[in-house]
Amino acid sequence: MKRIALIGMPNTGKSTLFNRMTGGSARVGNWPGITVELLSGKILLGGDMVEIIDLPGIYDLHGYSDDEQVVRHFLHDNVPDLTLVILNATQIERQMSLLLQLKQLNMNIVVLLNMSDEAKKFGITIDCAKMAEMLGLPIFLLTGKYGMGYQEAMHAITNALRYRTPGMAEELRSQLEQDEHIEREMARLMKHAVQVPSRLPDNLTERLDKLMLHPLLGLPIFFAIMYLLFQGIFLFGQPMQIGIAAGFGWLHDSVLAPTLTGLPTPLQGLLLDGIYNGVGTVAAFVPIIVLFFLFMAIIEDSGYLSRAAFLMDALMAKLGLDGRGFVMLLMGFGCNVPALMGTRVMRSRAMRLLTMLVIPFSLCSARLQVFVFITAALFSPQAAPLVLFSLYLFSFGAAILTALLFKNKFKNSEPFVLELPPYRFPTLRQMWLRGWHEVTHFLRRATQFIIAGVVLVWLLTHIPFSAVPASSDTLSGMIGDWLHPLFAPIGITPELTIALIFGFVAKEIVIGSLAVIYGLSGNALGGALAHQLDWVQAYSFMLFTLIYTPCLSTIATLKSESKDNAFMLFSIFWSLGLAWLLSLLFYQGARFLGY
Amino acid sequence: MPANTLASLHIGETATIVSIHAEEALHQRLLALGFRTGKQIELIRKASFSGPLQVRIGTTDIMLRRTEAAKIKVSKP
Repeated sequence: MKRIALIGMPNTGKSTLFNRMTGGSARVGNWPGITVELLSGKILLGGDMVEIIDLPGIYDLHGYSDDEQVVRHFLHDNVPDLTLVILNATQIERQMSLLLQLKQLNMNIVVLLNMSDEAKKFGITIDCAKMAEMLGLPIFLLTGKYGMGYQEAMHAITNALRYRTPGMAEELRSQLEQDEHIEREMARLMKHAVQVPSRLPDNLTERLDKLMLHPLLGLPIFFAIMYLLFQGIFLFGQPMQIGIAAGFGWLHDSVLAPTLTGLPTPLQGLLLDGIYNGVGTVAAFVPIIVLFFLFMAIIEDSGYLSRAAFLMDALMAKLGLDGRGFVMLLMGFGCNVPALMGTRVMRSRAMRLLTMLVIPFSLCSARLQVFVFITAALFSPQAAPLVLFSLYLFSFGAAILTALLFKNKFKNSEPFVLELPPYRFPTLRQMWLRGWHEVTHFLRRATQFIIAGVVLVWLLTHIPFSAVPASSDTLSGMIGDWLHPLFAPIGITPELTIALIFGFVAKEIVIGSLAVIYGLSGNALGGALAHQLDWVQAYSFMLFTLIYTPCLSTIATLKSESKDNAFMLFSIFWSLGLAWLLSLLFYQGARFLGY
Repeated sequence: MPANTLASLHIGETATIVSIHAEEALHQRLLALGFRTGKQIELIRKASFSGPLQVRIGTTDIMLRRTEAAKIKVSKP
């Protein structure tokens, strides 16, 4: 009896076609040379009974996965009279390789291009005649669902079976023997040099997972680890940041300022307060980024990141995110910039963008400084912690709201299937390389953008040069006045508006800018604010500060990580809009209630 | 043979993969991680709050969501 073998990559509709050809008469059978059972069916074709065998779907004829070996062994020991090669027409460019590999074996082949109707929908046009001519093989288009082209194909198959290909079997065998040689060599090496137990012993990973992924203890342990990480970054990072700031200050006062005294005052100001401070702002991020990625490397290389994803996924899936996004969101509470860079662990672009849209709402340490100062000035010591806590709630709320609103816009198509690697000790070298690599990446991408932004704000707050810097006579003051109709409904005064413009650069300089605007500092500034604002205004200002764009470095990172200016602008405008709306709701609501 | 899916296994149970009914992207990903017909698969644990599952195929541990696990038919020995 003549044999027809069906070969194709997985998901080509091979099994559907097999069922159609055999009409459900298939049986499971054993074949020489292979240990797995294959489906086969006997049908009447052109007056003769022929047997059709459904071979496992494979990607590569010369590969060494189980299925690939099965197909090779079958072909070697049961040379088919005809091979039907089924290709998925929608993935023709990826599937062609298998056909060419089979063609090289000089087998008797008929090619079936399945799912041609779907391919047409994708705009893929395939010139069948041209392809058949170039390959020297008969090719037929099939539509798997509706059975179009089936009769023609069967006719061609019947014809093709009539003509024997002389010497085919011998040639095929000798070609396949090379792969068999490699298989034997592999088996010999594995047998003598490698031992894999059928069931893994209760090893360290298994025991650690029992604790780390415990149904009750897993989440508390996760939060404890996150807390330690967080504390660790700031415990080590802040002194370094202060040290770098001091170094830059010293360089400014004792070297740069004296050497530049000859220059005109505006130019001096631009160079020192504009560009130099911009460089300083960028440099201040360096220790935090190094530490963040050092710790992230530990978390990731140790294998814990995918465990964290496992623990948090139930919640995050509802927000259109996955468990890894939660880790980044938490990291954002330290600093948004490395958290945004950390989203690179996600493969799906849509999910990455959604996570990057959410992270800037994390109340970072720079914003915390602003809030601590203002709550201390305007709220009683009893109320202050509650106020801070409520801001954290708003931070989470804005993140959740944003994710829920936009999860359909950034629809994640990637299935959430992750390997849980065994726990490993990360190497020091790996950690340093990672931290260093990320810092250079950040510096290269963000420096110009940030310096340009800092210079722009400096110009806004100093032009015209005759005016008192940051006063209402400067450009920024004019913008503040001009924006007043927009900010009055949310209780923000023109002075505070100027501070918000500064805050666009970095939240660390918000309080500093208020000091310049009011000409006061420390407790005196606090007193002035308390005198001028009531608590509703102050809270509205803090809400706005919390939710609108975190800082220029975050924007620069959003831009460089997404490589999409439209996305960056979208993020800026969405956060500005949301900040304004929430502040409006709060301010008008509180006023309405009589506060 | 009862039609079980991977999602219906109990913790610690081992079964054999019968078939995978997944869309292209998921199918490719599963294949790459070693999900193949005839392979033994063990359910190691389930995350709380209907979270993902941890399964083991050979020496590889994999997590996947329950919706995805429901697309994998298995047979218990």
